Amino acid sequence: MTLLGKLTWQAIPLQEPLPLYSGLAVVVIMLAVAAWVLAKGYLPYLWREWITSVDHKRIGVMYCILAGVMLLRGFIDAIMMRTQQAMAYNAPGFLPPSHFDQVFSAHGTIMIFFVAMPFVIGLMNVVVPLQLGVRDVAFPTLNSVSFWLTAAGALLVNLSLVIGQFDRTGWLPYPPLSELRYSPGVGVDYYCWALQISGIGTLMTGINFVTTILKLRAPGMHYTRMPMFCWTALASNLLIVAAFPVLTATLAMLLLDRYVGFHFFTDTGGGNSMMFMNLIWAWGHPEVYILALPAFGIYSEVVSTFSNKPLFGYRSMIYATMAICIISFMVWLHHFFTMGAGADVNSIFGIASMIIAVPTGVKIFNWLFTMYGGYVRFSTPMLWSIGFIVTFAIGGMTGVLLAVPPADFQLHNSLFLVAHFHNVIIGAVLFGVFAGYIYWFPKAFGFTLDERLGKWAFWLWLIGFWVAWGPGYVVGLEGMTRRLQHYDVAEWRPWLLVAEAGVFIILLGIIAQIAQIVVSVRTREQRRDVTGDPWDGRNLEWSTASPPPSFNFAVLPDVTDQEPYWDMKARAREIGQLTRPEPQYEPIHMPRNTPTGFVTAFFAVITGFALIWHIWWLVLLGLLGAYATFVVFAWRDHDEELIPAEEVARLDRANRAARAAALAHRQLRRESQLESRE
Amino acid sequence: MSAPGSALRAGSDPYHIGHAPSAGVPEYTGHGAGGPAPKRIVVGYGFWIFILSDVILFSCFFATYTVLIDARNGGPGPRELFDLHNTAIETACLLASSFACGMTSLAVARQNLLWTEIFLALTGALGLAFIGLEAHEFFGLVARGDGPTRSAFLTAFFALVGCHGAHVTAGLLWLGTMMAQFPAKGFKQTIRHRYLCFSLFWHALDIIWIGIFTVVYLIGTITP
Repeated sequence: MTLLGKLTWQAIPLQEPLPLYSGLAVVVIMLAVAAWVLAKGYLPYLWREWITSVDHKRIGVMYCILAGVMLLRGFIDAIMMRTQQAMAYNAPGFLPPSHFDQVFSAHGTIMIFFVAMPFVIGLMNVVVPLQLGVRDVAFPTLNSVSFWLTAAGALLVNLSLVIGQFDRTGWLPYPPLSELRYSPGVGVDYYCWALQISGIGTLMTGINFVTTILKLRAPGMHYTRMPMFCWTALASNLLIVAAFPVLTATLAMLLLDRYVGFHFFTDTGGGNSMMFMNLIWAWGHPEVYILALPAFGIYSEVVSTFSNKPLFGYRSMIYATMAICIISFMVWLHHFFTMGAGADVNSIFGIASMIIAVPTGVKIFNWLFTMYGGYVRFSTPMLWSIGFIVTFAIGGMTGVLLAVPPADFQLHNSLFLVAHFHNVIIGAVLFGVFAGYIYWFPKAFGFTLDERLGKWAFWLWLIGFWVAWGPGYVVGLEGMTRRLQHYDVAEWRPWLLVAEAGVFIILLGIIAQIAQIVVSVRTREQRRDVTGDPWDGRNLEWSTASPPPSFNFAVLPDVTDQEPYWDMKARAREIGQLTRPEPQYEPIHMPRNTPTGFVTAFFAVITGFALIWHIWWLVLLGLLGAYATFVVFAWRDHDEELIPAEEVARLDRANRAARAAALAHRQLRRESQLESRE
Repeated sequence: MSAPGSALRAGSDPYHIGHAPSAGVPEYTGHGAGGPAPKRIVVGYGFWIFILSDVILFSCFFATYTVLIDARNGGPGPRELFDLHNTAIETACLLASSFACGMTSLAVARQNLLWTEIFLALTGALGLAFIGLEAHEFFGLVARGDGPTRSAFLTAFFALVGCHGAHVTAGLLWLGTMMAQFPAKGFKQTIRHRYLCFSLFWHALDIIWIGIFTVVYLIGTITP
């Protein structure tokens, strides 16, 4: 045993130019960003206002930025895979098998754990406390710890690019391939420790949001008055609390197998590798709905706002959400019908999988009926929602095909399956978070995003998606299995070339999205949202200023209706003034910023890295550091700071003035309309 | 039944557990519609959710244990390995420790530092005895060549019981921190909330142990 464990110079991929250069490029970009931040003197500001922030809105924004950056990384992997398969007809292509295997493993891992999850959690962070009409989540410091642990996991995955290698077993490390005997390198260890660390962060997010939604709501906010996004967030976080411990336990078992020679999943000593499939999918299938349900919530908000109508079938939507929440735990076996559990078991799981499509169908009809008879505004969030309904309906139906066990025996592990889950995850989750970030961007930053570039981005993504993944269904039916590094079937070739074109259309869509943000930031003065309510919204998040003050609400709102802000606006129009007289302002206690989250994540990265490379003294050091952080945090005396009443009054008066002006403007416009009619 | 407008409304909690009126919030209906709950409730509730997630973690290890119980790879099974005497003493230690923890709660409620520290020390000592006995059992098995690498059954056994032991160890670390915090910080609200969470954790580990005692030791030694 040496001082640095398994870590030697061999870990740096000097012989493989592609990972080396791409890794170096990432390192150079990160150093350049760090140098720029230092040179401009932004570091104290970043530290004070963002890194140590426990404000749910700031944490939410940081989650979304992490997701956006990781989306670029995961998408580069996607381009590499499509290009490899376009080239590798009777040819080796440009990626050797060992590298190709890392690319598809990293793509799936990053897209699920470090794009979809943080994006969804980020939007929940920004929006849920605002919609509930409260000042923060239940445990603000824990929220910061959650975020930084997620970032720590992302960092470990990306470290594997330069130091060592990543997992080559796919985005789920199926044993026995992932056991030490067949995967002796550090790839699987990178995967497991990165996910253990970020998984703890996700679990704490789940606990935090369940507590927030069930215990912290504005006065009068009954369960049947909660906005749909809060309901779906509740369902999603309940699923996190129930499913993520399963992931933690399963990966812990795999790690015990790999590190100390246990026999959970090995093919010797009586281990049972099919137990891994059962356990991992007992987490994995609920995970699909952890991602999809909040996206459904976003569509509900967007469709109702841009149709100027209350959500159709609000209660049926709640029932559908909770039905999906429960049934999602009863379908896991459809991921491996070919295990051979027998006709009876397979039939039960096949039928359960088809049943879960029913509440999902209820939702689709609810959105359609919300639009029906409404005054629909085709802004970009609405376009993403309509694009979703079409795309997701098709993706859902291919899923029902796969739920038929005999059909699944043919389609298992084919490109048809891969096309199906890209169809639902891109079509539902990604389109949803895109709709969501455009919809709530003005709330978080105080100005709207450019509509023209937004529409370009939407059409390029939608068309690009279908060009890239439509062919997947065809080659899947023609027998092409997933994860092929090269192939010799002439019939597949044209379709794979079409898919290659599709991925570049999506690339243009991503460029349009980046351009949209850059252009909007540059022209932000013209696109200021002064009223705090740019879309004529219906829920409480639109009743505060954009961006909201750190305490969100000077006085907690009184909820008397299912659409509280819409109701307030209607009453204000009736009486011709704001519904509430100016309140007696009082000082507000808010939690103080703390570096606990950042420091915890720092020690988590150290511990994780040391575990991956078997550097035992460093493991001990990292754990001691984490415990010391815990004690220091437990010892502090001042965990809150006071916002003086004058400051609260100043901020709230500005917001009230803006709203009164908007109301007067609206009255004036209505009167002039009436006059012109006369 | 009570008339509308009285203190007891339909669906309200007659015992007012956690519904003590707080500033600016006139009443609670029991469904959280009366505004944000007080801090004590939020902290305790959040920790309960954590405990539930921990129970699910254990359920995975229970499930693997029952799946792998016959995968002995030619090695010994529960009947040859487990000594119910040792387990009985372990169980007694842990249950007594939980009782001491309950006594600590009473001392904390009365804000009596001396008794708080005494009962915390007793809780810790009994927990330590439990861990010592478990370690004794584990080392004995390994010394006989029946360690976790022997068979899938032993793997599952060591993981399940060891996971519980790791939780107790973490709890002891937490307990030590609490013993230092009470004298240093006094009976501040945050410290009392933290103790509430600790006691929930400690009692929950007892419940898990009852599961282990039943599924692993009792059923293991009475079935052939």
